[in-house]
Amino acid sequence: MELFANLLGKIEALSSQNVLILSSLIMALIMALVMAACAIVFTWMERKVAAFLQSRYGPMRVGHWHGVAQPVADMLKILQKEDIIPAEADRTLFTLAPVVIFIGSLLAWAAIPFAPGFIASDLDLGLLYIFAVSSLAVIGILMAGWASNNKWSLYGAARGAAQMVSYEIPLALSTVPVVLYTASLNMNDIVIAQQGGVANWFLFRDPFLFVAFVVYFICSIAEVNRGPFDMPETESELVAGYHTEYTGMRWAFFFLSEYANLFLVSCIATAVFLGGWWAPIPGLPLAPALNFIVKSVLLVFLHMWVRWTLPRLRVDQLMYLCWKVMIPIALICVIGSGIWLMVSGQAS
Amino acid sequence: MAIRAYQTLNEMLGLPMSSMLPLAAVGSGVLTHFTTVFIFVLFGIFFAALALGVARLVRPNNPNPNKLTTYECGELPRGSSWVRFNVRFYLIALFFIVFDVEVIFLFPWAVVFKQLFPHPQLGPLVFWEMVLFLAILTVGLAYVWGKGDLDWVKKLIEREPAAGEPAAGESATGELEEVTSR
Repeated sequence: MELFANLLGKIEALSSQNVLILSSLIMALIMALVMAACAIVFTWMERKVAAFLQSRYGPMRVGHWHGVAQPVADMLKILQKEDIIPAEADRTLFTLAPVVIFIGSLLAWAAIPFAPGFIASDLDLGLLYIFAVSSLAVIGILMAGWASNNKWSLYGAARGAAQMVSYEIPLALSTVPVVLYTASLNMNDIVIAQQGGVANWFLFRDPFLFVAFVVYFICSIAEVNRGPFDMPETESELVAGYHTEYTGMRWAFFFLSEYANLFLVSCIATAVFLGGWWAPIPGLPLAPALNFIVKSVLLVFLHMWVRWTLPRLRVDQLMYLCWKVMIPIALICVIGSGIWLMVSGQAS
Repeated sequence: MAIRAYQTLNEMLGLPMSSMLPLAAVGSGVLTHFTTVFIFVLFGIFFAALALGVARLVRPNNPNPNKLTTYECGELPRGSSWVRFNVRFYLIALFFIVFDVEVIFLFPWAVVFKQLFPHPQLGPLVFWEMVLFLAILTVGLAYVWGKGDLDWVKKLIEREPAAGEPAAGESATGELEEVTSR
């Protein structure tokens, strides 16, 4: 943001308003492209990781080397698919739902600090803002499920909403210990507070923060509706869940948002717990953005590993895990980190 | 509009106009940050409209009545899908509101905790206030836990099932009850 603002600021014909609007537009375009890149890279990666874990090849043909062009072929095919809106559906909500989910995802990207100065909106409320706008996805899922007028969709949407609102609580609670240390919700401040080597990452600052990271990671899997928490779209019982009736490009928006959210929760984890753009060893000549992206992609790999290893939970086990395990542990982490901060004398 | 308001704010605070040109306008100020967010919303709508518009130009469009029926794995759909929800979804929504508000209150506390703690009188107060607040909510959590409202499959009525009748609350999969078809 500042980079483009500085560049555009050199053009004298532009007023400060125009500089702000233009640089915001450029950042919005970049973030939309990041989301598209997520969908392209991670669909291929997901198939390859799944294939690797199941001792098979995965896509091998398109693009000669290990099927690298497979996502492009998929995209072209999706583009040509007929757009079917069921006669019984609520047309307005049906067409709006994918857009709501997409915008909810895009908005959250506005506060992700990829590198020093490379953040679209340096909000002081950053962390809270990200949690707030990413819950728009729940509204989108409910809209899609209800508007489809399909029993599978409604089951999936109801389950999805219950799951996502439940897991949002331990997800947000697990980041409170970090806020205790940084005394700021600004994402830049949170990353800057972790300057210098692995030992300064919030993951290793105190044992409660480590537990909080584990809670965050488990809840983030549930928040993006992926296995073993993929109750909203269990293909063996609900066909495809809330997007059963969607086809073509509208369906692609659900898919795009799903993979973008997968990267988003990993990016939040990187910024909050894993030192953001700082290199593991101080002074290592690595580009800040590279550090950030490599850490996030490793977390995405962990997500895929978990998905293709563990069997799916039942609905009652899912709710049990959230309300009776994750929330109490997260609350203990908040109090524990507070006490640790006081005892270790870092509060002064 | 937001920029104008931001400028007025700056004038009220007596800040020189030059301090917000152009880097300062981007680097500071709540309103400018949310201007960016607003532009993200507009861009999101534009991007979605563009993608769907391009797809509309490329894709075929041959609707027929069979294609437009609701998908129920090949069966003809029976009744509307807009059915009543099981009450446990509302319970989850209620718990969510209570605990989400709790999280909202925790964030401001967490932000000021580090600054206030060294203060001799305020420090312990700040800590114990939050412990008390969390304790009250934990009592609430313990209460709903004890009442069995956190169990997905809740034993609604504790009684001996009559012969040939399934026990109350036994169906683990029946999340939505279709009232219309009965």
